[in-house]
Amino acid sequence: MPQDITNAIDVRQAVKRYGDFTALKTISLSIHDNEFFTLLGPSGCGKTTLLRMIAGFEDVTEGEIFLYGEEIENLPPDKRPVNTVFQNYALFPHMNVLENVSFGLEMLGKSKSEARTRAGEILELVQLSQFGARKPLQLSGGQQQRVALARALAPQPKVLLLDEPLSALDLKLRKAMQLELKHLQRETGITFIFVTHDQDEALTMSDRIAVMSAGELQQLGDARDIYEKPANRFVADFIGETNLIDVIVKSKDGDRVLCEFPNGLTLTCDAVDEMDVGKTGHMSIRPERMKLHQTQVEAENFKGKVVENVYAGTDVQTIVHLQNDMKLAVRTQNSDTGKAMIFDPGTDVFVDVEFGSARLLAS
Amino acid sequence: MAARKFDVRAYPGFAYITALCLLILYVPLMVVSVYSFNSSESIVVWEGFSTRWYADVFVGSESAKFKVAARNSFFIAVIAATVATTIATFAATAMIRGGKFRLRALSFGLISLPLMVPEIVTAVATLIFFSSIGFERGILTILLAHIAFCIPFAYLPISARMQGIEDTYEQAAMDLYATKRQAFTKILLPLMMPGIISGFLLAFIISLDDFIITNFVKGAGVETLPTAIFGAVKQGIKPNIMAISTMLLAFSIVMVTISYFVSKSGENK
Amino acid sequence: MAGGAASGGSTQGDTYKEARNWLLLPAWVTLSILVLLPVLLMLVYSFLTKEFRGGVIWEFSLGAYDQFFFDRGLFGDEPPKLEWTYITIFWRSIWQAGLATILSLLIGFPTAYYIATRSEKVRPLWVFLITIPYWVNLLIRTVSMRFMLREEGPINNALVWSGLADSPIQMINTNFAVQIGLFYSYLPFMVLPIYAAVERYNFSLSEAASDLYASKWTTLRRIVLPSVRPGVVAGCILVFVPSMGAFLAPDLLGGAKNFMIGSLIEEQFKGNAGNWPFGAAASMILLSLVLIILTLYARQQARANKAGA
Repeated sequence: MPQDITNAIDVRQAVKRYGDFTALKTISLSIHDNEFFTLLGPSGCGKTTLLRMIAGFEDVTEGEIFLYGEEIENLPPDKRPVNTVFQNYALFPHMNVLENVSFGLEMLGKSKSEARTRAGEILELVQLSQFGARKPLQLSGGQQQRVALARALAPQPKVLLLDEPLSALDLKLRKAMQLELKHLQRETGITFIFVTHDQDEALTMSDRIAVMSAGELQQLGDARDIYEKPANRFVADFIGETNLIDVIVKSKDGDRVLCEFPNGLTLTCDAVDEMDVGKTGHMSIRPERMKLHQTQVEAENFKGKVVENVYAGTDVQTIVHLQNDMKLAVRTQNSDTGKAMIFDPGTDVFVDVEFGSARLLAS
Repeated sequence: MAARKFDVRAYPGFAYITALCLLILYVPLMVVSVYSFNSSESIVVWEGFSTRWYADVFVGSESAKFKVAARNSFFIAVIAATVATTIATFAATAMIRGGKFRLRALSFGLISLPLMVPEIVTAVATLIFFSSIGFERGILTILLAHIAFCIPFAYLPISARMQGIEDTYEQAAMDLYATKRQAFTKILLPLMMPGIISGFLLAFIISLDDFIITNFVKGAGVETLPTAIFGAVKQGIKPNIMAISTMLLAFSIVMVTISYFVSKSGENK
Repeated sequence: MAGGAASGGSTQGDTYKEARNWLLLPAWVTLSILVLLPVLLMLVYSFLTKEFRGGVIWEFSLGAYDQFFFDRGLFGDEPPKLEWTYITIFWRSIWQAGLATILSLLIGFPTAYYIATRSEKVRPLWVFLITIPYWVNLLIRTVSMRFMLREEGPINNALVWSGLADSPIQMINTNFAVQIGLFYSYLPFMVLPIYAAVERYNFSLSEAASDLYASKWTTLRRIVLPSVRPGVVAGCILVFVPSMGAFLAPDLLGGAKNFMIGSLIEEQFKGNAGNWPFGAAASMILLSLVLIILTLYARQQARANKAGA
């Protein structure tokens, strides 16, 4: 099969089994050149396994992996021009920062002085030039993280693999590092493959995201795609918050489908999957895509009663009880102008679902 | 830790028993050390401070015998500990970094066999082995026996250390283009070094310490320090024996202190 | 040797799995030839015929075991009676080792507990203090103990001087001296595993017990002891097993009356009076006893691990 040499990574029908256990079920995906690509999913979904297969730490049970058109799945890690930033950094404790960063270059046969010079430049890039003589454990968590980054970037890999590198940092530092990583990717032009279980991190940094679960690829797309057009129930639930309601398809009109909730109410929505009348599915409505009104504004508004308001800084989450014990969570932006949209518990309200924001998912 | 009024963890009397325990452990050693500086011929009466028995060990009538024994002991201990530590380092690498394999439990059983078999039984078995194959008893038989029973003592600290080293270090090295061999020599070996040093020192002391096995497999006329001391003690404890004992005691304490600080520095890494 | 070591500890990766057979080869060869093979050969020897002046004649014989268990009279023609001499020696060894173990436990448990409840900073130092004597030559320690217990030794001098005793007490060459010697030889083996267990013990269990009206000693008996039992059992085995086969303490402190297995075996291989098949048989019996104890221990460990998982 001719390979697309413009793709940084091509994973073809890759399978990973440990004895009877299948960690990855036949995955195929392409990662573009100069892309910030994220593998996102809960722990145990196979994202780290896939990353380690690309790095060469795990054998590929079936399938192929190409790096810029070159087949690599049978090469040992030291023969693959990709480098990894490890989750706990794996900085060599017996070497100082400069020795750590120049290690890869020396292994590639560069002279010691050349390797040290280049390592010094990279340390400058991550603003750690004055720490070259320190041992890794004398640095803060954030600094260690940057050394790990510098060490992996120093040999100028074709692809940089990052295995949850920010998970050990506190929230503030993590936010700062997210921007720095994104910036670094743009500056170096190296393809980054980033593994995380944190959806905020994925949405903030990535050009494209692959959402994985139970060893399978669930959806591949940019941040807006996977948030606003989740492909299935898992993605809708995993990315952000959503109201997930079991529904039955009552009638169809092109892409527009009329669905019935268990409590008897109906709503017209976009169907993601082809579904026949009478079939059951799930409806996903994001809480911020609904508005509360004192009076009915649209024909399909739901009548309900406010049960509880939860103040959360930037917004207020309101729990609304509809007829027959159905609950909806509605999120209202906190602003002076929006004040009128927040009602005290006990108030009767109408819930207006924004046009096109309710999505019907088959699975 | 500040003592709390109702510390549920504290038990009255335990501190005294601990003190008693240390007393029992240390007093005999101290008494012998003190008496080694006694100027008297007799071991019963204290007649004032003197180093004459230390001088006696080096130049006295029995000095030649003890010098040869000491040289044998140290020669055997250095070689046995070096070989055992090398074998144990390789074995630990296979056991801790070799994944799961069928012979793993069996291999561990074999490595720890000298710890499970009572020393006197090992001694008898080794004697029978050498005698049945017609191997003449001497320094070499002692050395071979010591190498074998030192392996588990070297293995335990090395493998314990290795278990504490995550394999991401080698993976990181290989990710940075090191071969497996380079990852071993440049990364794993330096990280294991505290364990290897502890293992070597332990094996060294165990070899130096051994009496029973040596006593069985040594040839006639070949002595190590413990067999020489034992032979002398059988004639009655003399002050020069106490001087030798005190020197060996000091040597052991220096070794264990080195080992303690080496393993401590290892923890900080 | 205590704890998870029974399975060889956990693996940590498989970086060197291709090389593992080569890496293990030196250990396999050395230990198979110098330990395993000799033990098997010893088993064979125990079934051979003795040669006077030491050594064996390669002829199958049950003579060694027969001599151990049965008395057939001076000329070997009387009906066999149970021979008590050697069984008594074995029994004495077990008994002495048992008493030494109990003594070690009585002193060792409170010590281990006390050390484990010190602050984290000073704990390694305490452990270090307990381990130093282990590193000191066993022979020297036993000789020191002999020096202490002598009739005109420091202990007796102190007793007489303080008026606690009218005349020196006979301590050397008694069972008591052997027990003290064994206790002194292997005490660190008792303290260390118990220490490790108590260090892992979750003290909020003790707090919960006292919160539920248990007294201190009830808490110790009902909560602490069951929790640290694996450490206690490991410590007892580590003291009992080497004590049973000990040679130096009985030889230097016990004298001829308090003969133990170690001395019995040693005698068979010294000079021309020895009986190699008999020595091999006695060694086999000792080894079997030890292996039975270790197997029972391993089984119990496995069961405890299963229950804990």
